[in-house]
Amino acid sequence: MRGEAANAILLDGITKRYGSETAVAGVSLAIAPGEFFTLLGPSGSGKTTTLSMLAGFVMPDAGRIVLNGQDVTRAPPRARGLGMVFQNYAIFPHLDVFENVAFPLRVQRRSEADVKTRVSDALGMVKLTGFEKRYGKQLSGGQQQRVALARAIVAHPSVVLMDEPLGALDKNLRYHMQVEIKEIQQRLGMTVVYVTHDQEEALTMSDRIAIMDHGRIAQMGPPRAVYEKPDNAFVGRFLGEANLLPATLRDGAVATRAGHALAAAEGSLGASGGFLFVRPEKVLLAAGTLDAAPNRLPGTVSHASFLGNVVRYEVDVGLGEALLCDAANAPGTQPMAPGAAVIAQWSEADCRLLAG
Amino acid sequence: MPVGRLGAFLLLLPSLALLALVFLGPIGWFLGSSLGELGSFAEIWAEARAVLGAGAVFGAIVNTHIIALIVTGCVLLLGYPMAYGLSRARGLAFTAILVCIVLPYFTSIIVRTYAWMVLLGRNGIINSTLISLGLISEPLPLMYNRTGVIIGMTYVLLPYMVLTLYSAMRAVDPRLMQAAEGMGASPFTVFRRVFLPLTLHGVVAGVLIVFILAVGFFITPALMGGPGDIMIAMLIEREIELTQDWPVAALITLVLLAVTLTLYGFYSRFSENRAEALP
Repeated sequence: MRGEAANAILLDGITKRYGSETAVAGVSLAIAPGEFFTLLGPSGSGKTTTLSMLAGFVMPDAGRIVLNGQDVTRAPPRARGLGMVFQNYAIFPHLDVFENVAFPLRVQRRSEADVKTRVSDALGMVKLTGFEKRYGKQLSGGQQQRVALARAIVAHPSVVLMDEPLGALDKNLRYHMQVEIKEIQQRLGMTVVYVTHDQEEALTMSDRIAIMDHGRIAQMGPPRAVYEKPDNAFVGRFLGEANLLPATLRDGAVATRAGHALAAAEGSLGASGGFLFVRPEKVLLAAGTLDAAPNRLPGTVSHASFLGNVVRYEVDVGLGEALLCDAANAPGTQPMAPGAAVIAQWSEADCRLLAG
Repeated sequence: MPVGRLGAFLLLLPSLALLALVFLGPIGWFLGSSLGELGSFAEIWAEARAVLGAGAVFGAIVNTHIIALIVTGCVLLLGYPMAYGLSRARGLAFTAILVCIVLPYFTSIIVRTYAWMVLLGRNGIINSTLISLGLISEPLPLMYNRTGVIIGMTYVLLPYMVLTLYSAMRAVDPRLMQAAEGMGASPFTVFRRVFLPLTLHGVVAGVLIVFILAVGFFITPALMGGPGDIMIAMLIEREIELTQDWPVAALITLVLLAVTLTLYGFYSRFSENRAEALP
């Protein structure tokens, strides 16, 4: 393959089988230096196994792993020079914060002065200065997370792997840490491979996301692209609330089962039909009469949930599954009551046809 | 259900009473009446200095500690890898190793010692095998000497070390070792900087337990030792059974008791400190 050296990470068809189960089935991807790359997927989708192979804890059955232009497929973890943040933090209980963070440097036999400067730099970066003499169990979950982060970056690795690093934190703290991790990553210009099952986290932090399903990459791209233009129903559903209206071709035109005309600027149906994908926030509800334009469905509000900044309506449009519509709680809007007759509509540019 | 201080005391009372009745009582009575024969405290002190300073008794005390030290070292060297194997084994392998370690533990110590005598004797299995293989021409002196005592005691005490170390090793999160490896550590560095420090409390506990038991050993050295391998417990038995000099026996007993209690004090302080320092 040409240009391998230009990639920080290259996975070429890596596969891992456990007995008859295929955990990872021929995953290929290239990550550029300085990129924040996220592997996103439900549990069992193969994202953690992929990360473990990248780290060297699990040997692939097939495929190649190239790090900074060097083939490391068979190399042990210690030969890969990666930083890692583990899901459970893996703070050494017999060492204090300073020695925990110093561990990667001690292994490299750095000089005492070098260790001191680097550890205090790393602790400063994660805002833990003054905690040097504490032990892991004297720290809160968020502080332990910071120790793990400092330890991962202390030796200035070019690539840092993070395995659900924020999974154990509460929502507020999580948000703060997301911002901090992103800041540190940009300041140090590190390449980060981040594993999470939280789609919001993936959308906020990543430069690119690979959504994994059953050991394969279902779609890969920048957050906005994968959110707004999913290639398949799985990606559409996994990245947030989605309306997937069953659609068929009738006399060359796309329509719902009930015969309402649909139109989308992009995508196509499969031979046996498929879905029209539209996000709830792209659907507008209005009172009024139905005209003949496509993407307009008559219905009645069956349920309204007040979510604060958004009101989520479930609209019965006679297609079995209710149509979801998120209306911003904008100035001067009056919520609609269940039972109200409405027209749901959306633009051609905001929806997409997917093969079923 | 939590119990208060008084509740805990009441629950412990039956076993405390039993311990006092069958253990503390007889020892106290034995020490009190035997030493009482000697008279005042000053006279006991003079007698103690004379007896303990005497060549034979002093030699036995030194001997006992040397043997206990060597045995403890051997048990640790053999036991650490065994416990590691046990802590990493799963399924059938785990059961097999565990049975090999625990089954002898439940077998009478005399039976086990005689079994070793069959193996180690002049015409025992080991010597006859080595001779028939042509590796040696004369039988190795494996019994009725210090080698025999050390082999026998090491074997008998091994389960205590292995089981103590095993519980310490099982408590080590294997993900910590993986993390260390991921941070660039070689397998040896992972062992020295992570696994060993995390199991060190098990090593200290095992060493103290084995040493305490070894210092008071009787049957194995009595059956497998030579004339130069008199240990404290054998000396006490001889003073009581043969010489019938109970005051001397009582004085030697005090020495043994003091050593044991001191080490036990270390052990309990150590485990208390650990309980405070670690989760």
